[in-house]
Amino acid sequence: MANINDPLIPVIGVVTDIRIDTPDVKTFRVVTPDGKKAFEHKPGQCAMLSMPGVGEAMFSITSSPTNKEFMEFSIKKCGCVTQWLHQIEVGQQITIRGPYGHPFPVDTAFKGKDLLFIAGGIGLAPLRSVINYVRFYRENYGKVDIVYGSRSKDDLVDYKEIIDEWCNDEGINVHLTIDREQEGWDGHVGFVPNYVKELGFDTNKVAIICGPPIMIKFTLAGLTELGFDKTQVYTTMELRMKCGIGKCGRCNIGSKYVCKDGPVFRCDELDELPDEY
Amino acid sequence: MKKILKKNLQNLFAAISKETDLFLPVLNSAKNAEFKKWTEGTEYSEELNTVRSAKDFFFPQTENICDFKTSGKNIEIIENSELPENFAVFGVRACDLKSFEVLDNVFLSEPVDSFYKTRRENAVIFTMACNRPKETCFCHTFNINAADPKGDVECFEDETYVYLNPLTQKGKDLLNKVTSALEDETEEPVKKIKAEIEERLKNLPLYNLSAESFGSDKTEEFFNRKEWDELSEACLGCGTCTFVCPTCQCYDIKDFNTGHGVKRFRCWDSCMYSDFTKMSAGQPRTHQKERFRQRFMHKLVYYPTNNNGMFSCVGCGRCLKKCPISMNIVKVIKKLGGTANG
Ligand SMILES: Cc1cc2nc3c(=O)[nH]c(=O)nc-3n(C[C@H](O)[C@H](O)[C@H](O)COP(=O)(O)OP(=O)(O)OC[C@H]3O[C@@H](n4cnc5c(N)ncnc54)[C@H](O)[C@@H]3O)c2cc1C
Ligand code: SF4
Ligand code: SF4
Ligand code: FES
Repeated sequence: MANINDPLIPVIGVVTDIRIDTPDVKTFRVVTPDGKKAFEHKPGQCAMLSMPGVGEAMFSITSSPTNKEFMEFSIKKCGCVTQWLHQIEVGQQITIRGPYGHPFPVDTAFKGKDLLFIAGGIGLAPLRSVINYVRFYRENYGKVDIVYGSRSKDDLVDYKEIIDEWCNDEGINVHLTIDREQEGWDGHVGFVPNYVKELGFDTNKVAIICGPPIMIKFTLAGLTELGFDKTQVYTTMELRMKCGIGKCGRCNIGSKYVCKDGPVFRCDELDELPDEY
Repeated sequence: MKKILKKNLQNLFAAISKETDLFLPVLNSAKNAEFKKWTEGTEYSEELNTVRSAKDFFFPQTENICDFKTSGKNIEIIENSELPENFAVFGVRACDLKSFEVLDNVFLSEPVDSFYKTRRENAVIFTMACNRPKETCFCHTFNINAADPKGDVECFEDETYVYLNPLTQKGKDLLNKVTSALEDETEEPVKKIKAEIEERLKNLPLYNLSAESFGSDKTEEFFNRKEWDELSEACLGCGTCTFVCPTCQCYDIKDFNTGHGVKRFRCWDSCMYSDFTKMSAGQPRTHQKERFRQRFMHKLVYYPTNNNGMFSCVGCGRCLKKCPISMNIVKVIKKLGGTANG
């Protein structure tokens, strides 16, 4: 039976650049063997990367769709696939399929609004795509605030880009924080949810949160205290995934499949789902 | 309407087999029915029901996705699907036929699963009305009529004859190729068979079982019911109920190193297993209760929510027969579904 063209069959990608972000996060640049992007995507969408024989895993596409040359993935070392990726060299081929999921509403609900991005650790990966999209179409959005925190200075992903580019953009305010005091750090120290409360934002904006579940929970509570309504807050969910297309039955919360109906959810939509995540 | 003497069924099977591979229920050495490919002398079994459901034809236990060859830093993707050419299945019961519709909603919705789609398109289904429905049968609960099984060719049987009624173009085309084995018949004998079956269905112990209180958008109503504790208490998490179930669709994707390369395949998985949703960041379903609840909530609430109220159970009764602790969806429906079910 020739010419089976199935969504589960990936295409080949070549890793053309590997950036060491933190002790356990690297950012990989991926193109097809003929030097193009494997596919177009929207901010917040994901892709399945794999090494045959090692396994497949889902990652946020951290580069912006406005980047026409390549895709990037910031990947934290934690298991088989991620460990394997962390030991490869430039030129290595991998497989890629996607894009998956429901993106952030960058061209609708976010349009014309002031935006508040709040990220913890590797949680910056999906938001970086949105942030760079917003920077590219700067005239379509209002004021931008970015609150980003990590365990230490060395654990901040994309540090160079944040300092060299985001911090220099007009109308963008970057607020960095780390969990504990550290030599050579004169910025804010403290957990993200508390820092958000300290900064005390006005509520006339859309907030976008991504990070570990516990951080999301406390930050959301903090935003509610500041007067934000859940309909103004977006987040992205992470559940175990295999197919990415709503068929393998793995990533559901109630009747919603995170791979297909998410990973981006508005926080009031999450309230309608059973408490099983 | 066509008919054939039962004692001549082998002629029909031989004629169909000349056109296309034919599969039918056959008794194995343990006296259980299972679908087997017909070869000369293979006897059709009227036994209800095959132990494994007919979903195997479209969603087999394992399906090759593709192969990979790696050399140095390079990877090559090689197509390696083992999809069948045309084939026919004889003796599919009304419940299993309905299960294809349940699976279609999953696998044929965008993005289409091309393995499943090819298998579906290549099959001609001969159904068989159920003359002797069992006490574990409750297809009626889901508006399935065992006396009116549908399919490409709808079949009925009495003591002497099998009657065949082609319903789709595929069914007509195949029957046209084997007409020499068949005789013409009026609707009358089948009317009689249908009436008898419908009478028998009414006398089944589960005939009045109703799933009405379940359905779309009932998550809130059922998710936190305390009865889940008791219902799930003895569940072993063995997954048997999911593997025999014609509508269970969960799968895993795995790589196998063949020595010459890597074979990527998908295989059945079960939401009843503890590692099904396990992540480094945590485990959303920590106890068997949550996994058990997932299986039944999916069939009775989540699936209907996403599919215009259609349930993802067809009342085939396989889980009633096979669960080692005798737990099953009927008990769940009775316990949670309210007084209507006694
Ligand atoms: C929508 C989505 C977006 C993601 N985006 C990113 C990203 O941008 N960067 C990044 O570094 N990671 C991301 N992840 C997490 C990433 O998919 C997992 O870290 C990865 O699957 C682990 O694969 P592994 O083979 O290295 O680990 P494995 O060897 O499979 O497992 C190691 C541990 O991780 C668990 N695990 C398996 N799958 C997942 C999963 N999906 N999430 C969490 N734990 C898992 C295992 O149960 C085990 O405990 C994302 C996950 C999802 C669902
Ligand atoms: S849940 Fe049980 S009765 Fe219902 S379709 Fe599945 S195996 Fe058959
Ligand atoms: S309900 Fe029964 S068959 Fe299903 S997993 Fe539990 S013990 Fe096994
Ligand atoms: S990953 Fe398969 S259903 Fe979501």
